[in-house]
Amino acid sequence: MSETITTTTTVTKGRPEAIYETFERKSGKDKLTTHYCPGCGHGRAQKLVAEAISEMGLGDRTIFISPVGCSVFSYYYMNTGNVQAPHGRAPAVGTGLVRARPDSIVISYQGDGDLAAIGTAEIIHAANRGENMTVIFINNAIYGMTGGQMAPTTMVGQRTLTTPSGRNAATEGHPMRMAELIATLEAPVYVERVSCTDVKNIHKCRKAIRKGLQLQVERKGFSFIEILATCPTNWKKTPQDSIKWVQDVMEPYFKPGVYKDISATVQPLPRPEPKTDRKELEKILGLQSGKTVAKTTGKIGERRIKIAGFGGQGALTAGAMLATAGMNDGLQVTWLPSYGPEMRGGTANCSVVISDKRIGSPLVTQPNVLIAMNRPSLDAFEQEVAPGGIIMVNSSLIDRKVARTDVKAVYAPFTELAAGLGLKAAANAVAIGVFLAHEKSIDRERIYEVLRTSFKKKEAVETNIRAVDAGYEYKA
Amino acid sequence: MKLPAVEIKSNQCKGCGLCIDSCKPGVLSLSKAFNLLGYQYAEYKQSGCTGCEACYYACPEPGAISIHKEKKVQVQR
Repeated sequence: MSETITTTTTVTKGRPEAIYETFERKSGKDKLTTHYCPGCGHGRAQKLVAEAISEMGLGDRTIFISPVGCSVFSYYYMNTGNVQAPHGRAPAVGTGLVRARPDSIVISYQGDGDLAAIGTAEIIHAANRGENMTVIFINNAIYGMTGGQMAPTTMVGQRTLTTPSGRNAATEGHPMRMAELIATLEAPVYVERVSCTDVKNIHKCRKAIRKGLQLQVERKGFSFIEILATCPTNWKKTPQDSIKWVQDVMEPYFKPGVYKDISATVQPLPRPEPKTDRKELEKILGLQSGKTVAKTTGKIGERRIKIAGFGGQGALTAGAMLATAGMNDGLQVTWLPSYGPEMRGGTANCSVVISDKRIGSPLVTQPNVLIAMNRPSLDAFEQEVAPGGIIMVNSSLIDRKVARTDVKAVYAPFTELAAGLGLKAAANAVAIGVFLAHEKSIDRERIYEVLRTSFKKKEAVETNIRAVDAGYEYKA
Repeated sequence: MKLPAVEIKSNQCKGCGLCIDSCKPGVLSLSKAFNLLGYQYAEYKQSGCTGCEACYYACPEPGAISIHKEKKVQVQR
């Protein structure tokens, strides 16, 4: 027969499980303490986040995004999945994570320089899309890591390295209230500002973080928690005075409170089904699988090609086709389009480099090959062609001959040949055919392959193949 | 040691003093000695802790402060 007895046991509240016991990734001898300064607001906030992750049992599902800023090294400490994002891009990286791994808990942890300055676009749009993530925004009114420059959240009158006589609203603008700004958007579910100062407020902070994570667990969507935090080092204040400064100066302007909370009424987001099947992805992206066997000998040197014409003549597409065909043949390729203001009589052109070696620059200043699809293109680029190069002229639209004598000129009526096949738009395919007849760097079959994956309609594929052949077989 | 009690790992303390300010019974103080990191560190006066955890949350370092408490549990046997 069992009986229930009451006994006492010792419990310890210490380092949360979601923070490593020793920081093996951290350089130097001291692997037990963080790199944060004495009295840093990051240390407190991160401890609260880690505590929430641990106690909610989310450690194995969490992906913590380290930003750029003082918390850039969060992956030293967080015993979770970690990604370190480029400056300000954490919500964009987070978007990828929540969509590719819908069962993960994504925390975008960012400072004010990262989130409110360089990353303004990313945070606004991630919030506006209502991505299922939790953003922890550390607002300490200054750039910390870089040495105390003015941030968008710097208080008016606050002295920083870049506002040595205090921020002047007339020239530097006003401190940006991010929580209020985010709360005006339709999609965010929960927006709160808390102040990580005294015991009472630290517990509010703790509660807000938990709520944000809980909403993510429930797939309720985007939550944003702004934490007013201290930066004693860059504020040039003691930790004690820093806390007081948050209370006296920051809180009256950045008022703590819940700015939006529709969590009680909002429906959970549908779980996206990311496609990871290779065959399916290849089909969606129109890719061919496996390694292609090179059809050419591969020793073609570096061919620099310029294709130019009116917008709509398909010069850019022709270039992309050549580059794709070269790539499928195992060669190195680049394709660089140049968009001109066509309505003012300019030309649209692209630069293609196909090489058997690595390519240094995608710019083509001295082409070996110029394909001129109209008169302005020939006028613009004739002088740029390298001596000994070749100029292919669309004689349907160009009424003059190539003036230079140190290059080879080939004349073919691209547009008329295409029109003869019933598809004037295939003039670019004719041009490719002419190119292949004179340049042996790419096999014709490779171009056919590209055409087959470029067009959905079988008819269009056939016409374009015939256009390539017409150009290839054309004899002046 | 009498529970509840604070345990401060002196070599993980950076001497910011925020735990001392947060301690209602006032049982924490700053050491005269310096630790391996070169800071004067917080010390527990070895009695008087109420287990309120305020110092734990005030401390920015993840492992410097631990609170030990007694907890009543019911066991079947």
